[in-house]
Amino acid sequence: MRRSSVPIELKASFPESAKTSLRDTQLRRNLGKATQTIRGKRAAVVNEMPDWENLREAGRAIKQRVMRHLDHYLLELETAVQRAGGQVHWARDAADANRIVADIARSHASKEVIKVKSLTTDEIKMNEALDELGIHALETDLAELIIQLADESSSHILVPAIHKNRAEIRELFMRTLGVEELSDEPAALAEVARRHLRDKFLNTKVAISGANFAVAETGTICVVESEGNGRMCVTLPEVLVSVMGIEKIIPTWQDYEVFLQLLPRSSTGERMNPYSSFWTSVTPGDGPQEFHLVLLDNGRTQVLADEMGRQTLHCIRCSACLNVCPVYERVGGYAYNSVYPGPIGAILTPQLRGLENAESLPYASSLCGACYDVCPVKINIPEVLIHLRGRVVRERQERQGVRRHIYPEDLAMQMLTRIFLDQFQFERVQRLGRLGQGPLARGGFIGNLPGPLAGWTAMRDMNVIPEQTFREWWRSRYE
Amino acid sequence: MRVALFITCFNDTLFPATGQAVVHLLERLGHQVVFPMEQTCCGQMHYNTGYHREAIPLVRRFVRIFSPYEAIVAPSASCVAMVRDLYPHAAELAEDRQLAAEIAALTPRVFELTEFLVNKLGVEDVGAYYPHRVTYHPTCHSLRHLRVGDAPLRLLRAVKGIDLVDLPAAEECCGFGGTFAVKNADTSMAMLSDKLRRVLDTRAEVCTAADNSCLMHINGALHRQRTGVRTMHLAEIFATTERDF
Repeated sequence: MRRSSVPIELKASFPESAKTSLRDTQLRRNLGKATQTIRGKRAAVVNEMPDWENLREAGRAIKQRVMRHLDHYLLELETAVQRAGGQVHWARDAADANRIVADIARSHASKEVIKVKSLTTDEIKMNEALDELGIHALETDLAELIIQLADESSSHILVPAIHKNRAEIRELFMRTLGVEELSDEPAALAEVARRHLRDKFLNTKVAISGANFAVAETGTICVVESEGNGRMCVTLPEVLVSVMGIEKIIPTWQDYEVFLQLLPRSSTGERMNPYSSFWTSVTPGDGPQEFHLVLLDNGRTQVLADEMGRQTLHCIRCSACLNVCPVYERVGGYAYNSVYPGPIGAILTPQLRGLENAESLPYASSLCGACYDVCPVKINIPEVLIHLRGRVVRERQERQGVRRHIYPEDLAMQMLTRIFLDQFQFERVQRLGRLGQGPLARGGFIGNLPGPLAGWTAMRDMNVIPEQTFREWWRSRYE
Repeated sequence: MRVALFITCFNDTLFPATGQAVVHLLERLGHQVVFPMEQTCCGQMHYNTGYHREAIPLVRRFVRIFSPYEAIVAPSASCVAMVRDLYPHAAELAEDRQLAAEIAALTPRVFELTEFLVNKLGVEDVGAYYPHRVTYHPTCHSLRHLRVGDAPLRLLRAVKGIDLVDLPAAEECCGFGGTFAVKNADTSMAMLSDKLRRVLDTRAEVCTAADNSCLMHINGALHRQRTGVRTMHLAEIFATTERDF
């Protein structure tokens, strides 16, 4: 299969973007507070489940089966959706999907469409694509609305406006929605948004949704949410278009038993989310009378082809990994330069976009493993990160050919391997290091390291190599 | 028991006192310690940085050197995790079934120090005396990769004279992460500054852990900021007895 033409943009590396984010003290405070709160809620509702580990294992096993037989399940889903009166569209990439959705909107002469939070449409930049054709896409999820009004992008999978606090949202609503008096109480803020949106729900003809799950055997799509805005989006308009990545399939209705326990507890820290909407194409006299399902590849079959990386597609977008990640908590979502931030983004983005377009992301982790512990479908994120680092290095070496021998890190690693392969060479280098550090060492520490190691001593002192290595001591003991 | 010490290249060069402590401790407990002189590096830095092919010769070398021993003990959770979790992947990458079989036979005999003491030897009171205020940082590799659980804490609680204080949010990463600390120095420092604040809040004199790599990172900032707090590997606390005072 040819490489999907994911839009390739020149983006800053993770360390560069992180540096900028780390300077934002308000962001640090908002993120720290929000992630710690959600983390606590999740832990409480997970710890009360005696069979949590079994559920995780079931979730993992179901997803693994889906990935193994994805071709079969996709065709089963297509047949089921068509049988119930819906239309199925296959989109190889972002351009395909956006064109399909635009054509549907234009066939109904719609200049405005409403949307319920959909990460997948953010991935393919659907709003921008529709905008160019004169079609405005209005976000109806409260957090999505906030960032749309602020002309920003999402910084969290589940809580897109996590980087904003109440005071900032109040100020934004007063500026953009023409409200004069407004408190920063959550209920008051929600009320303003509700009034703004209610009119749109009743008067817009075409709605676009994402999908949390799609059941292959029945063709039933599911969206889970907290606000009910999604429910209105998928029931009130005449035409509904659902855009989903091909990996969102689950085989049977019964599998909801597993995922509707795993997802809410992992994501919002609730036993059950307030609204779960299910629909099977078209029901005469009830809800939208025209239904389209857009099945999006956009790099996913590439991910599927990598045996180790494949587990990334198990993700149900709960965002538990973001909330426990010590890196995400400090740098926020923007540092990842992708609609998918945090640990899952660090493995998903490079695989979807091509490693050469996101080389720094697999390194955006200390490999602490907190993400793996909370993942409801047991994606071994640290293992995949290390695997992708291996691919980054190998692909760079192949690209550079013989020039890789002058790439400093590569050179250092090759030299170290040679040193470590020979005990006496290793001992010589230990002695050389002890001698060489002389000019740098003061009082048992080094305050400034040269070259690529300077990052270490920017804010840390470095221990000096002591007078005697362990092996020298060991030898002296038996002399 | 005859125990082969896997010192790790990092401890061998930078923290010989930790290795000496392991030797004194195990000998005091009645075990014979041997040190295979040929050993150098397990390849963890190479592997975690993405230099997988470059690590394979080091993996083979480690397996050859340590396979003859019935128990291999290292004062480093991350190096043990490299052997236990990542060596099988390295063998797969090398497409070497023989190596994979040797690794499968070797890894159940490779232990991090505290899991060796508590789980293998069944010892909690090692006869140590350490009259200082100490806080314990569970390193990510000991906690989440090796799952040593509360083995280090059980050993610490049995130390005479110790004033052991809980570290708030102890399970959060300190920000070291190997080459992460250099490649993402800013993020690493942001993580470290929160860890440091919590260590200082405990008013401990000493912060201890199972990995000198994380401790070097923490101590680097403690020293730079002239906090008057120091770090010390668990082994050095366990090796200290009343006779040392």
